[in-house]
Amino acid sequence: MLAYIIRRAFQSVIVLLAVGLVAFSMFRFVGDPIEQLLGQERTVQDVERLREALGLNDPFIVQYASFLGRALQGDFGISYRQSRPVADIILERAPATLELAFVSGFLALTLGIALGVFTALRRDGWAANIIMSASLIGVSLPTFLIGILLIYVFGVQLQWLPTFGRGEVVDLGWWTTGFLTASGLKSLILPSITLGLFQMTLIMRLVRSEMLEVLRQDYVRFARARGLSARAVNFRHALKNTMIPVITVTGLQLGAIIAFAIITETVFQWPGVGLLFINAVQFVDIPVMAAYLMLISVMFVLINLIVDVLYVWVDPRLRIDGRHA
Amino acid sequence: MSDLPDTGPAPETAPPSRWKTAWDSDIAYSFRQSPVAVIAAIVTLILILSAVFAPWIATTNPFDPASLNLMNGFSPPGVPNQFTGETFLLGTDDQGRDVFSTILYGMRISLFVGFMAVLFAMVLGVGLGLLAGYVGGWTETIIMRVADIQLTLPSILVALLIFGIARGVIPIEYRDQVAIWVLILAIGLSDWVQFARVVRGATLVEKNKEYVQAARLIGRSSWAIMFKHILPNVLSPVLVIATISLALAIIAEATLSFLGVGAPPTQPSLGTLIRIGQDFLFSGEWWILFFPAVTLLALALSVNLLGDWLRDALNPRLR
Repeated sequence: MLAYIIRRAFQSVIVLLAVGLVAFSMFRFVGDPIEQLLGQERTVQDVERLREALGLNDPFIVQYASFLGRALQGDFGISYRQSRPVADIILERAPATLELAFVSGFLALTLGIALGVFTALRRDGWAANIIMSASLIGVSLPTFLIGILLIYVFGVQLQWLPTFGRGEVVDLGWWTTGFLTASGLKSLILPSITLGLFQMTLIMRLVRSEMLEVLRQDYVRFARARGLSARAVNFRHALKNTMIPVITVTGLQLGAIIAFAIITETVFQWPGVGLLFINAVQFVDIPVMAAYLMLISVMFVLINLIVDVLYVWVDPRLRIDGRHA
Repeated sequence: MSDLPDTGPAPETAPPSRWKTAWDSDIAYSFRQSPVAVIAAIVTLILILSAVFAPWIATTNPFDPASLNLMNGFSPPGVPNQFTGETFLLGTDDQGRDVFSTILYGMRISLFVGFMAVLFAMVLGVGLGLLAGYVGGWTETIIMRVADIQLTLPSILVALLIFGIARGVIPIEYRDQVAIWVLILAIGLSDWVQFARVVRGATLVEKNKEYVQAARLIGRSSWAIMFKHILPNVLSPVLVIATISLALAIIAEATLSFLGVGAPPTQPSLGTLIRIGQDFLFSGEWWILFFPAVTLLALALSVNLLGDWLRDALNPRLR
């Protein structure tokens, strides 16, 4: 088990080094940093002095190492567009995205599992059939259209819910939260449904098919024969065993939620990291793009690592394979 | 619809024509048996044809300033043009452009980007997959590790990053001109992994078969074996992935254009039209957004259903 974790962690570090190389190359080769820093009036001496000061004359590998060192300390450079440290901007925007992702993930997981169990148990009922057909539409609608549809129905026609921004937020010093005000909570509803809908349908369909598979197994039949209540059989015996694939998929989808937040944040003008990234792409703000790339890969790699370890931990059968593979 | 069950060898007459063979084949039979596939194919065909023949179908050329008049702006569907009396079937946008015509022209861009991106992803993915599967060793390790890493990132994110980097490299005055090609590159590069993985898997199986060993024995080069012998035998899953990828690529293009980082306003795709339409949703001009969105959905959904059918038809084990 320990050897497995160490090997996976080692692979993750290599992946991160590769991503860091991509981010560093963006800095180094896309646009000349000297051009960005010095204005029109410059002398050859100025350029040379700045090159030396910034370490641009050092060998590639030395520059790369110092870039990684600075990134590890949270120094991602200065945004070309806002002329402020990228780390500050991202820290300021992160709570918005994390709160949105948390609510969406929570909705997707709870509703997804509940609906999945429901549709599996009442397989031929009319309600289950309607839910299943609706989920097909949910999977094929692009995220941004779902958002626009919700805005039109609940924002424009019914005028129940706000359609952009976070509403009033409470500043806790290092964190701003929309959870504590009525307008903040109302503002969260539409974006989090938009963001979580795809993951919800995915988890629902997965839980349903796994449940149907498990309910056919002998041990479930045996549990019924022992006279256990339907509730105990369905939830204590059956649902428990559908959780292994659900853990994997949920873990991997967690990353997808953060990535798709880019689209949702644009539709709802949500002031999070995703909107920051889209603006960076539009205005070619390389430091912001590079920082976002590195942060998101660290997150993806960590999630993958945790999921893999969790997987082996939950399913003892894999432990033996894990050691020899 | 005629019912032609597959009944062993044909009677001893003249050899059947190509058309007859195609009609009698398993895949054509399964197609005729599936109403969903037939409808999806008809919708796809209609949409593709109307995009290709847009200049002849569209009532106006929306990009010809001479045909536009701001006085016609925001006409709801069915209202006639104030000057020529022609009816705006689906209404007009803020600049008086006929929505029906902009959709037809927009679909051309969407389909062009979709097809080219899938083609690019396919060539790259099939090539690398064959190489990884046939050559093995370090080549395989490197290709498949890169594929694994890319697979953990959502493709829309990869496409956005490539798009952003490309914008940084390209001088500002050329950005709009090459935007479409950058889009194709970004979507294509974000989508090659599926092809590579499937082709590598199939190649690993094919590589040990006798016909490959025979080809090696008579001294054919590795390239010839890979592309002339193995490739034709691994193509059917590639076809399925290509169809499903097309639907995904069309949606990816629409998403990027909607986010404002895709097709430029001078060459609006369906996604750009939806982006423009969103501005007028609050003031009640719903048709500017609604019709492009429905077209996009119809296109993506029917291509997707076609892909699903193809997957089931080409892989009898799944049935």
